[in-house]
Amino acid sequence: MSHAFPTAPQSPARAQGAGAVVRLSGVSLGFGGPDVLSNISFSVAPGETRILLGPAGVGKSVLLKLIIGLLRPQEGTVLLLGDDISSLPEERLFTLRARAGMVFQEGALFDSLTVRDNIGYQLIQERAPDDEIDQRVREALTFVGLEQTFDLYPASLSGGMKRRVAIARALIHDPELILYDSPTGGLDPVTSTTIIELIVKQRDVHATPALLVTHRLQDAFTLCNHRFDAEQNRMVQLPEGQINPNTTFLMLEEGRLILDGSLHELLHSTNSEVREFLE
Amino acid sequence: MATLAIDRSLKQIVLAVQEYSLFAWRALLNLFRPPIYWTDFLIQSDIIGVGSLPIVILSGFFTGGVLALQSAATLEEFGATAVTGQFVSLTMIRELGAVLTGIMVAGRNASSMASELGSMVVTEQIDAMRALGVDPLRKLVTPRIFSSIVMLLLLTIVADAFGILGGDAVTVLLNHQNGTQYLNSAYEHLRYSDIIQGLVKPLFFGYLLSSIGCFYGMRTTGGTEGVGRSTISAVVTSSVLIIAVDFLITHVLLSIFPT
Repeated sequence: MSHAFPTAPQSPARAQGAGAVVRLSGVSLGFGGPDVLSNISFSVAPGETRILLGPAGVGKSVLLKLIIGLLRPQEGTVLLLGDDISSLPEERLFTLRARAGMVFQEGALFDSLTVRDNIGYQLIQERAPDDEIDQRVREALTFVGLEQTFDLYPASLSGGMKRRVAIARALIHDPELILYDSPTGGLDPVTSTTIIELIVKQRDVHATPALLVTHRLQDAFTLCNHRFDAEQNRMVQLPEGQINPNTTFLMLEEGRLILDGSLHELLHSTNSEVREFLE
Repeated sequence: MATLAIDRSLKQIVLAVQEYSLFAWRALLNLFRPPIYWTDFLIQSDIIGVGSLPIVILSGFFTGGVLALQSAATLEEFGATAVTGQFVSLTMIRELGAVLTGIMVAGRNASSMASELGSMVVTEQIDAMRALGVDPLRKLVTPRIFSSIVMLLLLTIVADAFGILGGDAVTVLLNHQNGTQYLNSAYEHLRYSDIIQGLVKPLFFGYLLSSIGCFYGMRTTGGTEGVGRSTISAVVTSSVLIIAVDFLITHVLLSIFPT
């Protein structure tokens, strides 16, 4: 693994720590046994993409569910889009969640609905006109390169296609934050690159803040050293020595946050658990 | 050690009852608060009502037939075969129509609700729905409960009618008695209180079987094996509760409408 990246400049928003899209302060959560998450604090700034690294089973997916209010912290506070969701009633959480998008680990598509109805689910619930739903679903499908799947059911899609549909579903509502839960987990390298390219495209074209969970370093580094070229309509590598300044890292180990910093800080960390993960 | 295990089990039962009560209450309240998903209500009505029609017709018809067969043999000893119609219609309308339909629909639909929702839970579809800003209780549970209540009422009427027809068929074809006399007897002795008793019960049974089916589905854990467990629990619990609640309702209704 190449460690030749220079020090990453901090994004202005993050450096000031102001107007965070997500802010966790001293969050802990357990399910009857030892804490799954212990005293977690970090924030996601506007326009920032944070990559949450860590081996399997350390609480990464649980952390994402906490952020979007599917779980509640036992201690600490979670601020999502400016609202403290730790004590927000479930009724109000639905409105808040609708402003964010989440891509689940296995896609979590509704298997009894077509791709069109899956992607346009929120619009259908809002009783948007059919023509508008069709148009926006087609736009979302074009974004993920799956125009031909409009009328298909999830059962007839491959694993990679399901993830891309899940991304389209999360993006159709122009979310103010996107949470990706291991979007490339279990996929072959070529399909994984396609998914990462979509994430890079969303980051660079729409500047949507994001939190991405992964245990694949390759994906994390691809996100750092690539940008989306709108003219070529594909992801291209940044010049040697450059990285995306708005892409930063978090690392979890046994429910504790052991790293919160840039690529440079990740690569030069002296923490033995970080070193072990990198090697 | 044994005391601890009993203590833990009792606490789990009390917790489950508390969770069910809150769940069923919230789902019931949603019947009266927008948004109400009318399309889902119609879809579920089709699945629960129209889909259950064949089994309800068959079970009602043959139960009425069996009642006529059994009662005719006993009534003959007292020379009272003329009241076979009254016996069959009162039994079907006051008791068996509602209970049998409840149990048949519980077997068919409480299991389907538990397995469908359970599968959605274990594949994170319920979480995805919540993440998309849609309340699964409103979207999935309330329409099922609403449809079950309405459809069970209608299905019970169908079961009662086919039960009386089944009794009629047996009376004419097997017992070689007068069909008109059977139908007259079935009709003449009916009181409004009998009909009210028979139509109040399915409202409770529909609510019970659907809320229990959905409750077990929504608290499914443990993958596909867990879905199987939820399905079994939903059918067993709703069937047993239908019979137990029937006893309570009958007791209350008999005190309101003494025979």
